[in-house]
Amino acid sequence: MALIPKKHEMPIQGPLERTTNFCEVALGYTKEIAVAEAERCLNCKNRPCIEGCPVHIAIPDFIQEVKKGNFNEAYAIISKSSSLPAVCGRVCPQEKQCEAMCTLHTKLKVDGVGIGRIERFVADYHNENSTNSIVPPKSNSHKVAIIGSGPSGLTCAGDLQKQGFSVTIFEALHTPGGVLVYGIPEFRLPKSIVKKEIDNLKALGVEIKTNVVIGKTLTIDELFNMGYEAIYIASGAGLPKFMDIPGEGLKGVFSANEFLTRINLMKAYEDNSYTPIIKSKKVAVVGGGNVAMDAARSAKRLGSDVTIIYRRTFDELPARHEEIEHALEEGIKFNFLTNPIEIIGDENGNCIGIKCVKMELGSPDESGRKRPVVIENSEFTIDTDAVIMSLGTSPNPLIKNTTEGLSTTKWGGIMIDEDTGLSSRENVYAGGDAVTGAATVILAMGAGKKASQAISKKLLNKE
Amino acid sequence: MYKILNKKVLNNTVIEMEVFAPLVAEKAKPGQFIILRSHEDSERIPLTIAGYDIDKGTIKIIFQIVGASTLRLNELKEGDNIHDFVGPLGLPTHTEGIKKVCVVGGGVGCAIALPIAEEFHTLGANVTSIVGFRNKELVILEDEFKNASDTLIMMTDDGSYGEKGNVTIPLKNLLESGVKYDMVIAIGPLVMMKYVVETVRPFNIPVTVSMNPIMIDGTGMCGCCRLSLIKENKREMKFACVDGPDFNGYEVDFDEAIQRSKQYSDFERKAYDKECNLLAKGGKN
Ligand SMILES: Cc1cc2nc3c(=O)[nH]c(=O)nc-3n(C[C@H](O)[C@H](O)[C@H](O)COP(=O)(O)OP(=O)(O)OC[C@H]3O[C@@H](n4cnc5c(N)ncnc54)[C@H](O)[C@@H]3O)c2cc1C
Ligand SMILES: Cc1cc2nc3c(=O)[nH]c(=O)nc-3n(C[C@H](O)[C@H](O)[C@H](O)COP(=O)(O)OP(=O)(O)OC[C@H]3O[C@@H](n4cnc5c(N)ncnc54)[C@H](O)[C@@H]3O)c2cc1C
Ligand code: SF4
Ligand code: SF4
Ligand code: FES
Repeated sequence: MALIPKKHEMPIQGPLERTTNFCEVALGYTKEIAVAEAERCLNCKNRPCIEGCPVHIAIPDFIQEVKKGNFNEAYAIISKSSSLPAVCGRVCPQEKQCEAMCTLHTKLKVDGVGIGRIERFVADYHNENSTNSIVPPKSNSHKVAIIGSGPSGLTCAGDLQKQGFSVTIFEALHTPGGVLVYGIPEFRLPKSIVKKEIDNLKALGVEIKTNVVIGKTLTIDELFNMGYEAIYIASGAGLPKFMDIPGEGLKGVFSANEFLTRINLMKAYEDNSYTPIIKSKKVAVVGGGNVAMDAARSAKRLGSDVTIIYRRTFDELPARHEEIEHALEEGIKFNFLTNPIEIIGDENGNCIGIKCVKMELGSPDESGRKRPVVIENSEFTIDTDAVIMSLGTSPNPLIKNTTEGLSTTKWGGIMIDEDTGLSSRENVYAGGDAVTGAATVILAMGAGKKASQAISKKLLNKE
Repeated sequence: MYKILNKKVLNNTVIEMEVFAPLVAEKAKPGQFIILRSHEDSERIPLTIAGYDIDKGTIKIIFQIVGASTLRLNELKEGDNIHDFVGPLGLPTHTEGIKKVCVVGGGVGCAIALPIAEEFHTLGANVTSIVGFRNKELVILEDEFKNASDTLIMMTDDGSYGEKGNVTIPLKNLLESGVKYDMVIAIGPLVMMKYVVETVRPFNIPVTVSMNPIMIDGTGMCGCCRLSLIKENKREMKFACVDGPDFNGYEVDFDEAIQRSKQYSDFERKAYDKECNLLAKGGKN
């Protein structure tokens, strides 16, 4: 069969239509498209794509099942390695992971197989059609506590509960899901998908206690006193960074976390929401990652004219490729090689502009990325009513500050043993963004999986 | 779900509730707060812990009905449940080594000041409380303050009860007459706290203020509660929910805080009117 050089297009909501709503942009493959895309897979003997996936899903195997139309079998194969395929199929940076290693891409120089899109189809198909009811497993009477209900905590909880452990998740917010519910917008990851995953965990018997802040309401030591034998810290990296430039206290200046939390967690974009959101005429978003794209595209949907300010160039944008493309299609402007130095306000403390300097790329730094350097006398001002700082986040110090003997790095990441996720405290494990700093859903999930294995081994061998 | 065991009307717009939240009660300290959502679709709002009872597992909150969220909270009756209730958040008020303290409370800020006055009183400190209200109708917690204070000075703006004028007048008189406090603590509207700081400044006495910016999560995640401290001409950003709510009054940039508190005022007014209309029509459901 002749090789099709391009991935099958994803049906999407057109840019004009979608910037007026918060509904999902990418509509997902149909059965026919999924099978056709699966046909592009060469079923390589050396299976390089698997190496590109952080949790080593048996990619060629599930794709072979899709080719045959055996979607449930495909789902079963994915499930062995991933507990959140509907999520990862949507939000993984596939172009840097599985699809980057695909033979079609590396050897034949055409698009890699659309692995993420097929995975998403398989997961959605399963969620829509699965009828097998969940049976809670037999208890082994060991209790495990998990802190945080993001992808890392959810994965660890699911894996342990399935093995018979009694798992309780403690979550600070009123709704479980972590960044999947408060950060990533509905138009990229419908909240109903996250809810379904959480409902499945509850059906398995996982207990979720919301409105409990570990470090405030309860401490790690108290959890042990309550009878939990092991603890997995998956508290994420929720502390927003600001730039430490003048004007960050002005009205109209937000962290991306504030802006996105109001929209996603509190549904402030809905007309009858009790939580306010400011709909500004002009919005400047500072940063170039997924968070910046999400903030920019959300602001667009609230009716703003949006500009992204990024200090490097298009090629260095760290966001998922598809999100950058979608942002461009939606009419979001980019100001590359630009760095803010001050936010300007009027006499009432309202943001009215952002003063920037132009940058050029100098010699590469330790990470190999070209370092942006300021061009002398290049100051200029962009008029704007709002600035959304999307500069990244670091782990919240609440738990570190209240847990004796828990070692952390300079920037607050919990230090662990790479193989097990064990921290410097006995029976305390950690993973996800709380360890790595802001990273990806799939890595957070992988860490949860690894810790679940270590915890299970430790507690069961104890007997 | 967090059951309301008791509800009391303190004055026309100030309500007290005792809420069953044993985990919070176990840990609560004066100066800390909770965040609640009265209903499933409500905004998250912070309220100070006005009292707690570990044995009963309850937390007392006192709130003023000022907008849509507090109006909806007030729709709940004894026996009803508050949908979400998380805490204790923030750092407790610093009490160590303080032998003589002046607690200054304004309006509903008195609800926040009371547990702090009580704590100092229990610890054996000499407590002067200066509490101010707009008029006699609005006076709350008078007996409670009496019991917790060695000296209680009551002020009303219109002189309809206690002395006439605002709280800075007796404060200034006391300081000028040579009374030495280890600490002055001001709790109330931002403008009031700003003037308390200015009143105390010439006397070189530490002033603690309790900041109440707009909050969402209360755990340091959203940064919406940030404020600026100015130390030796250098600005430092702090998050009131985790670094506060108490701050050194001499360092707080009040003008910025006052502006920031008005960020959502348009929305708040509309939401309040809408809620009032709904209530007038006999509720929503
Ligand atoms: C806007 C945005 C867009 C993103 N887009 C992508 C993307 O497209 N693709 C991708 O792969 N990754 C993306 N990421 C990154 C990804 O979401 C994170 O790497 C991932 O969610 C980390 O998972 P986690 O479980 O470690 O932590 P989180 O998802 O952060 O979950 C941590 C949970 O712990 C809770 N918690 C924190 N402290 C406490 C405490 N003391 N007590 C109790 N509970 C606590 C928090 O409330 C939260 O619910 C994005 C992130 C953001 C913010
Ligand atoms: C740490 C802290 C402790 C507080 N303790 C008390 C208390 O014990 N009793 C009491 O009556 N009030 C207290 N407040 C203020 C209380 O949170 C607000 O009155 C309440 O949120 C108003 O909500 P609303 O919708 O009814 O009014 P709105 O119409 O929304 O607003 C009225 C005013 O309340 C403030 N406000 C609005 N939303 C928030 C929010 N999410 N967070 C904080 N402030 C907001 C604004 O400055 C606004 O001008 C406290 C605030 C903080 C930050
Ligand atoms: S989980 Fe992510 S990286 Fe792994 S196969 Fe799926 S989309 Fe690719
Ligand atoms: S590398 Fe690409 S073509 Fe080869 S098996 Fe994996 S997905 Fe199929
Ligand atoms: S309330 Fe969100 S950081 Fe303080």
